[in-house]
Amino acid sequence: MIEIQNLTKRYDDATVVDDVSLALPESGITAIVGPNGAGKSTLLSMVARLIPSTSGRVLVDGLDVQETPGAVLAKRLAILKQNNQVGMRLTVSELVAFGRFPHSGGRPTVEDERHIDEAISYLGLDDLRNRFLDELSGGQRQRAFVAMVLAQDTKYVLLDEPLNSLDMKHAAAMMKLLRRTADDLGRSITVVIHDINFASIYADHVVAMRDGRVMLQGGAGDLMQEAVLQDIYDTVVQVREVEGHRLGLHYL
Amino acid sequence: MQAAASMSVRFRPVAGLVLAVGCVAVLAVISLLIGVADMPLGDLLSGDGSAQAIQLLLVSRIPRTLALVLSGMSMGVAALIMQMLFRNRFVEPTTTGMVEAASLGLLVVALLAPGLPIFYKMVVASGFALAATFMFLRLVSKIPAGSSLIVPLLGLMFGGVINAVTTFFAYRYDLLQSLATWINGDFSGVLRGRYELLWVAGGLAVLSYLAADRFTVAGLGQSFTRNLGLNYGRILAFGLVIVSMVSASAVVTAGTVPFLGLIVANVVSLTVGDNLRRALPWVALSGAGFLLACDIVGRVLRFPYEIPVGTVAGVFGSGIFLYLLLRRRARFG
Repeated sequence: MIEIQNLTKRYDDATVVDDVSLALPESGITAIVGPNGAGKSTLLSMVARLIPSTSGRVLVDGLDVQETPGAVLAKRLAILKQNNQVGMRLTVSELVAFGRFPHSGGRPTVEDERHIDEAISYLGLDDLRNRFLDELSGGQRQRAFVAMVLAQDTKYVLLDEPLNSLDMKHAAAMMKLLRRTADDLGRSITVVIHDINFASIYADHVVAMRDGRVMLQGGAGDLMQEAVLQDIYDTVVQVREVEGHRLGLHYL
Repeated sequence: MQAAASMSVRFRPVAGLVLAVGCVAVLAVISLLIGVADMPLGDLLSGDGSAQAIQLLLVSRIPRTLALVLSGMSMGVAALIMQMLFRNRFVEPTTTGMVEAASLGLLVVALLAPGLPIFYKMVVASGFALAATFMFLRLVSKIPAGSSLIVPLLGLMFGGVINAVTTFFAYRYDLLQSLATWINGDFSGVLRGRYELLWVAGGLAVLSYLAADRFTVAGLGQSFTRNLGLNYGRILAFGLVIVSMVSASAVVTAGTVPFLGLIVANVVSLTVGDNLRRALPWVALSGAGFLLACDIVGRVLRFPYEIPVGTVAGVFGSGIFLYLLLRRRARFG
């Protein structure tokens, strides 16, 4: 379990994350939703020790992320940020192989090769494995980065807006894939997501943030209430039920 | 090696490298045989008057050729490492003020402690280069991320400012002529005893291969590096120390060749890719081969006069670079 205890991030004049306490479960998909500037990405970066917190702490299976050696943590927790360097000319399999770095230290064993091949197959990249990243479409490239994170073989996977720059088809495919990964491989996946409907359909747990604070945590059903959504997003969202899923309509 | 299987589709890596080593060796032999003074091959082999020929070979031809190989190799490697660390395709020691700072360091030594052994001169020069690079890094982090061209433009300006200071003092103390030879590579003056520091640069280039994977990871970004449990700051420091020492040893000996590393690193990136474990040997070999070829052309075109290698490298390099850019429509950034 990832325990977030009184986590705060303050810059000179602004408090981006304000005294957040949360528990991210050991399995399933957790979606972090909320309007722009709610502090979702900052929270995720602090959990993955990419940036230091102003106060508070994060424990991953009891290990404090700021004190645990990076190499130890890298075997338990993987994060994929948005805006990955797309100008790098690495092939898909080279990129995925770097996901094994915490385990292999740059000298891949047979075991590492197996993880690499599995991750590539799992994301349907077999035919593209020797292509350079800058020769791929946005969706393919995003899949390659996710494959890398999966090859890292960590219990916890944090994804910062993995649906960014994906079209409708690829966004849905990516969420299905994450659902399958959580179910089949037993990983705990936490995603920052903009589209509440993807959260409603695919997430087991939902954390809603606004102005650096947690407004709600619970199941998707708790989030998908008109009054709750209006509170979080400050706009009118009608909720309708379609084939057993509650969907929010904010277009009207 | 994990990449072996995936590479075989594109080309045969080992065969390619062997071929490249062969090409560099052929160029090196040609370089040994060209010169104003007569050095008949027969004399070398038979023994008639061979003492003079061997003397020529040992004092001038071999040092010049070795200097070219070592400089070309290390300049290419330094540029590629820098491009990873800055995450920018257009940086290299001559576009970031590093070479200018090394010259300033050398000037300071020439004024304050002219008797210092050459190795220590290099150490001082690389200290200046390193300090300037860290200053430049801070400068770059302060400008908003925009076009990738802003960084080298800023670097050229930064180098210009440092160079202005250096030129002022060089003018005052009548050292302008020395200054010109530090920055503009010229291998015509290379003799035994005046190039050996380049072995340090060559050694560093080889040493950097040990950290090849780490440099590649750093090229994927700071978050990416931390995610994999690596210390970004340590990789950055290690890389910049190597690059500044390479630049300083070039400045102290034969001078640098502007844009050589930048061109070689980009050509290799376009053909072999950015996985440094695979790209570093190619960059080292292409750097050495390219510099040898340019120097040979420069020596032959107006024989017995010489055209500076930097001029030849500029003409050929920009041609090759433009061709690749237009042909591959490669994305840079």
